[in-house]
Amino acid sequence: MAKVLNVNNLKVYFHTPLGPVKAVDGISFDLSPKERLGIVGESGSGKSTMAYALMRLIKKPGKIESGDIVVGDENILDLDENEMRARRFSKISLIPQGSMNSLNPVMRIEEQLIDTIKAHDEYKSSISKTEKQEIVGKLLKSVGLDPGLGKRFPHELSGGMKQRVTIAMGISLNPIVIIADEPTSALDVVVQRQVMDTLESAQERIGAGLILVGHDMGLMAQFVDRIAVMYAGKIVELAPVETIFNKPLHPYTKMLINSLPKLDSHGVFNGIPGLPAQLLNLKEGCSFCLRIGRENKNEIPWVKVSKSHYIRECDVCADYN
Amino acid sequence: MSKQILEGKNLIKIFTSGLFVKKSSTLAVNNISLNIDEDKPIIRAIAGESGSGKTTLARMLLGLIKPTSGEIKFEGNDIFNLNQNQKLDFRRRVQTIFQDPFGVFNPFYKIDRVLNMPLKKFKVTSNKTETQDRIEFALNSVGLRPDETLGRFPHELSGGQRQRIMVARALSLEPKVIIADEPVSMVDASLRATILESIYNFKNNQKISVLYITHDLTTAHQLCDDIMILYKGNMVEAGPIDSVVRKPAHVYTKHLVGSIPFPDPKMKWKKYNESEKLNLDKPSVGWRK
Repeated sequence: MAKVLNVNNLKVYFHTPLGPVKAVDGISFDLSPKERLGIVGESGSGKSTMAYALMRLIKKPGKIESGDIVVGDENILDLDENEMRARRFSKISLIPQGSMNSLNPVMRIEEQLIDTIKAHDEYKSSISKTEKQEIVGKLLKSVGLDPGLGKRFPHELSGGMKQRVTIAMGISLNPIVIIADEPTSALDVVVQRQVMDTLESAQERIGAGLILVGHDMGLMAQFVDRIAVMYAGKIVELAPVETIFNKPLHPYTKMLINSLPKLDSHGVFNGIPGLPAQLLNLKEGCSFCLRIGRENKNEIPWVKVSKSHYIRECDVCADYN
Repeated sequence: MSKQILEGKNLIKIFTSGLFVKKSSTLAVNNISLNIDEDKPIIRAIAGESGSGKTTLARMLLGLIKPTSGEIKFEGNDIFNLNQNQKLDFRRRVQTIFQDPFGVFNPFYKIDRVLNMPLKKFKVTSNKTETQDRIEFALNSVGLRPDETLGRFPHELSGGQRQRIMVARALSLEPKVIIADEPVSMVDASLRATILESIYNFKNNQKISVLYITHDLTTAHQLCDDIMILYKGNMVEAGPIDSVVRKPAHVYTKHLVGSIPFPDPKMKWKKYNESEKLNLDKPSVGWRK
């Protein structure tokens, strides 16, 4: 089947007075319709920057240096700003982190949903009142909310409800790619599950490909088909979820899996030593080697291990445990 | 009978809002009792969703808010009726770690101050070298290198490092109880293990009891000995952590356990059937053995 998203050698750099920060440094992956891809990494690994780059929302001093982002059949990096605006939400949409900050506090929910449609749908610049009611009702129902909530303001909703409103917004124009950037990081587990179930059914209904960005490996195990592990702006391992959990190859992935709390390991803690990589003026070569006190200045190759398993293979840190 | 360090009896907290007219009240904590024994240090989880009253309970035990009824005793004395010396001792022995490692630091001061001030205030150490030794010991216990951390400003440190400094600060005062309100929920998953490990070691090495407030049952299971589940201010289930997590009895606990995202693709969330849907208008209360 044709891929809905193809990212090829994407580079996003932030040009700061102290030097360039290579937040995303040569990332390639693809996404099929109905597929769910998880992107995991620590704070500062570049995962959110990558998500925003896919929407072309990088602001100065950040800049998309090179690469291709092909959504459907067009490279969105070739579009002008007006064309891009028409693609956002209708082709590729973003469900942001922290719904409490992404909704306008002085605007009713229904107005915000309609606003999204007006702004990004080329054919819907004016919407009649009855049509509005119908669209809002349908959208809210599709995420399991009462249509009457459209009349409310964001502060009258709970955190989980607000996040479901942003999901409704994200699917309102039936995009082919949905990016969810830590959609449940501020919610407790029961609500988290509810929101993820909503996201799942919405995605299945519209048949979009979904990218889930986050650092919670547990959530990834429950939700996604493939996982890309990011470290210091690069994907270090990309494989189906079972492979990542059962046969991880990269030492960073191994440690990440090892650090997870398991139900049969009371009182056992496996932290990851060292500190997350500093992206400012990062040295050439393997960044994970630097964390564990080793060094490999060579270009690290992106190796295909098996049919769908890729790894950035550094022979200096490969045996680290 | 062994000595109780901290004891809460029949705690009830009702928040009221509105003046004269339209008065509305919320029952945040409904008749909860708990105690911590001096001789048997324990790590106890207090779990529940947002709004279940777990933070209110913690704030009462810290003496930050007064319960509507019920009493809280520190070493046998009511914490709201302590004399000057007892109060100082209570503040020193019952320490807290808050959720947000970004909000607790004053950005204008170096982090040394956060560690120095309480030692000076509580007169724990008498001279500079002693203070320095104690701070270095505390930092080492939480896995930070003193030469890399001291003399820095908060913005130069990551969230995980800042939270570890708060843990070190609590430790340096030789507390008997640490009340940790979601200490790792704002820290990266990969850095949580280190923080939890140092809290776990406090119980074994320094005999410190910990109340671990959380909604995350996986870390609670990793860290704690027993657990209390709160729902809408009521204690709905309590007991040894293994038995509660593996054989939850109350509907809400079942939901909580059922919503844990297990980091294992083979243990996917099960679909709920209609009879298991959350209906919690009648919470039941009780300890389970």
